[in-house]
Amino acid sequence: METGDGAAVFDDTALVNLARDGDTSAFEQLVSRYERKIYRLARHITDSESDAEDVLQETFLKAYGHLDGFQGNSKFYTWLVRIAVNESLMKLRKRKSGRTVSLDEPSDNGDEPLVREVAVWEGNPEEQYSNEELRSILEKAIQSLKPAFRTVFVLRDVEELSTEETAAALDLSIPAVKSRLLRARLELRERLTRIFRKKGDDVLAYL
Amino acid sequence: MLTCKEFLQELNEYLDETIDAGLRKQLETHITECPNCWVIFDTSKKTIQVYKGMEPQSVPKDVEERLMLALQKKMAAKCGKVKT
Repeated sequence: METGDGAAVFDDTALVNLARDGDTSAFEQLVSRYERKIYRLARHITDSESDAEDVLQETFLKAYGHLDGFQGNSKFYTWLVRIAVNESLMKLRKRKSGRTVSLDEPSDNGDEPLVREVAVWEGNPEEQYSNEELRSILEKAIQSLKPAFRTVFVLRDVEELSTEETAAALDLSIPAVKSRLLRARLELRERLTRIFRKKGDDVLAYL
Repeated sequence: MLTCKEFLQELNEYLDETIDAGLRKQLETHITECPNCWVIFDTSKKTIQVYKGMEPQSVPKDVEERLMLALQKKMAAKCGKVKT
């Protein structure tokens, strides 16, 4: 593949193969391709900049160290995400030693997702707020979710992995991913509605 | 005729457009008749959209420098140029 100016652009698999053969600049290209997403993912899960930095380093160091083990039957990015998720969860567990951070059993897994705020939004948040304000609102909302829910949401709706990829990365069943995603989406919708709701739009009773 | 509870249970698949045509039709009918569920659908869709529209920020310079340094050390060690 070539760009307009004639520079070769390699896909991930080609870069992985080059890196395996000892081409360090190929691996550096992969790093620059994904470092922003991996750092964001780590920040979202750990909610800590210093933990996110450790996760970022560990992820790429492990990926580099285990390139030979990368089978190529999953996408390189999905493989990186799996490493980053594991590293991030380890950070969470370490930080909360004594208290368990479980991805398996959310403590208050009610039968039904909660819907309280029913109000239309005032216009388009992307036009109402600056990028910085919006980013801060969205990140705070994510941090309000329990790790079991926010991890699923971040993988599905921020990093845009498929349900199957998310299930594989978190070692969860597909129904578990789906039910947590619904719960996470509704909780975020709830929080954002409190901020973005049209002024004067009364809450309608939800039956 | 779907109830609101049934609508909510199918909301994910509806939002992801991974639902079969027959059920989709029922959900579409439901939201034209139930303003509450329409609002929930609309605001859920917007919630997902704002998150998807969020571009990842650059990694801070110092963080990136430390990453590249750690990586270069590892690369050198792997090539056997530096014994650690």
